[in-house]
Amino acid sequence: MAVYPPKPAKEPPLLERGPIAWVRHNLLSSPFNIAFTILGLAILYWTIPPFVKWAFLDANFAGHTKADCTGNGACWVFVKEKLNMFFFGFYPQDQLWRPKSVIAAILALVAFAKFVPGLHRFKLLLIVLFPVFAFIMLHGGYFGLPLVETSKWGGLLLTLVIASVGIILSFPIGILLALGRQSKLPIIKSLSVFYIEFVRGVPLITVLFMASVVLPLFFPEGVNFDKLARALIGITLFEAAYVAENIRSGFQAIPKGQYEAADALGLSYWQKMALVILPQAIKVTIPNLVGTFISLFKDTSLVMIIGLFDLLAMVNVTSNDRDWLGMDTEGYVFVAFIFWIFTFSMSMYSKRLERKLNTDKGK
Amino acid sequence: MPAFLRNEKIRGILYQIITIVLFVGFLFYIAQNTAHNIEQRGIKTGFAFLHATAGFDITESPIPFTPASTHWEVFKVGLLNTLIVSFWGIVFSSLIGLVIGVWRLSPNWLINRIAAAYIETFRNIPVLLQILFWYNVVLATLPSTRHSINLFDTVFITNRGFFMPEFVFGDGSWMIGVALIVAVLAIVWLHRWAKRRQDLTGEQFPVFLTGVTLLIALPLLAYLIAGKPVTAVYPELHGFNFKGGKTFTPEFLALLFALSIYTATFIAEAIRSGIEAVPKGQKEAATSLGLSPLKQLRLVVLPQAVRIAIPSVINQYLNLIKNSSLAAAIGYPELVTIFAGTSLNQTGQALEILLITMLTYLLISLIVSLILNWFNAKMKIKER
Repeated sequence: MAVYPPKPAKEPPLLERGPIAWVRHNLLSSPFNIAFTILGLAILYWTIPPFVKWAFLDANFAGHTKADCTGNGACWVFVKEKLNMFFFGFYPQDQLWRPKSVIAAILALVAFAKFVPGLHRFKLLLIVLFPVFAFIMLHGGYFGLPLVETSKWGGLLLTLVIASVGIILSFPIGILLALGRQSKLPIIKSLSVFYIEFVRGVPLITVLFMASVVLPLFFPEGVNFDKLARALIGITLFEAAYVAENIRSGFQAIPKGQYEAADALGLSYWQKMALVILPQAIKVTIPNLVGTFISLFKDTSLVMIIGLFDLLAMVNVTSNDRDWLGMDTEGYVFVAFIFWIFTFSMSMYSKRLERKLNTDKGK
Repeated sequence: MPAFLRNEKIRGILYQIITIVLFVGFLFYIAQNTAHNIEQRGIKTGFAFLHATAGFDITESPIPFTPASTHWEVFKVGLLNTLIVSFWGIVFSSLIGLVIGVWRLSPNWLINRIAAAYIETFRNIPVLLQILFWYNVVLATLPSTRHSINLFDTVFITNRGFFMPEFVFGDGSWMIGVALIVAVLAIVWLHRWAKRRQDLTGEQFPVFLTGVTLLIALPLLAYLIAGKPVTAVYPELHGFNFKGGKTFTPEFLALLFALSIYTATFIAEAIRSGIEAVPKGQKEAATSLGLSPLKQLRLVVLPQAVRIAIPSVINQYLNLIKNSSLAAAIGYPELVTIFAGTSLNQTGQALEILLITMLTYLLISLIVSLILNWFNAKMKIKER
């Protein structure tokens, strides 16, 4: 019996497979598209090569003084020499191990949380205890650690302190405000609505001015907040309103049946909210919350206007050094890069979460 | 627990009474301390300072301002400058945002990626940093007035700002304005008439082309009839600086550029998510009806996308207005810089001044959200 083995399928024509087809379909499919491709190439040509040339090819990396920067490009020596300033501000040089060990502790905790499964049970305890530990380490005054005034804190350290305190404190306040806004009690509801809408209607800078200039007037003489504490109060109270709105949008996604079921189980108001409604509402709104925290992180740069030396303010400080005049371009680019890394990774995280939460719903 | 506490209603009333007592008590405590502190420090109170002489000059002011003007004038100048920079910021951020948003949806891979890179870069860098970068790096390193970048002898780009021709409207210019209004009204009427005719007879009318012609031809005709009343004054170099024409200061430009570029990323994302939110079936249905790609976009996709995109775009406009307050860092004389800054330092009346400033922003926010609500109500899908 004759055997007729099937012929292997003919490969698609060269123009329709591999990178050629990809280019044809994605870059050159129509005259319009070709024009766009040329426009794109022109944009790349105008932006990428000059930047690469400035930041890498013509840049100076080696050396210790301004005189070592001989090329036309960026003077990264400046950033290298001022790195401790950018990261820790005016924190005393011999005490730098303290902020460094706090950061190491954070990284260690994150790593532990990933690999040690039991740690999650102590999450709440850690959130309360860790700031205490960090404060003792950074501020000192206890256990023989020399005191480092908050006015000495600066750079990325200060930015991270403001951002994390802002996030940790604005969250519970935001939850309370959101609950207040959902409340059936008219006075509590209207107070919450008034607060949320008022704060969301004004720029952060006015709130910061309020906190730094007017807040001291509100308390009896002798009660003194330092500048950092005032900025923290301002930022926390400001962001709490935005957190509250995020959580409210989470509430709106919870079906009525959940409330009724909790009521039917005989749960009290606080049990119902804490055990049934809030966990679901927060889960739904996590991507929005991360978005709010990203803008909080960016907003921390405003504290420089009320005279704190955060990461952005360090550009002015370092480039006003007489030995390094005219280095602000490098400073701004470096600081922008650091901010970008933080915010971009946060937004990637929120996108991943969003995808994960979406599959949970079976979409 | 006593029996009456088990009643939910009574408990609710009780909670509210406690809240009110705490709240009023807190306010009272603050008010007392503030009154005491203000007296101790010898700070004046009340709003009489608004009529006191300011004693400082403002670098750029849309209305006449001298050091002899009052703090109330300072407030007005600040508010006007806020509104001016916000207006142009809204215009430019919308234009950039629209282009980037459309690019982000382009089937062309390269353009698509460039738009994504633009969005991810500028959205993730604090806008204050961008303002400072434009002000301290880009605009400060432009050539001096002597060696300005000269664009056709009309626009001069220098480190002291941009100098552009200014239009002077002479007698009879009102005719051009009237012609413009007539043209707009005519287009509205034309649109209605064409739609009614198409509904009745199926005949179409080139509304767009006619409209553009009307919009150009009528004002041009008025311009000629009125005897060319509009003339341009060109900036000219006198000594170390330019005279005549319109000057845009580096402070204004830095703020405008940074705000437009930053806000455009959010507008682009809003436009993209609006268009992407239109179900695929809508587009397929439009294709099967035989509509051309352009008509699909105009008649089917855009009307649905706009409903989703516009509210978040308007919110971004509001953010832009609020972010314009960051001018305090570079000294563009808007509300926060001169009123909540210079005036506050001069008078020391922080409480009153910050209250006025906040209420002003609140009023702007309120107006914007009223517009938003009106839009949402108008755009709501009408279910029958």
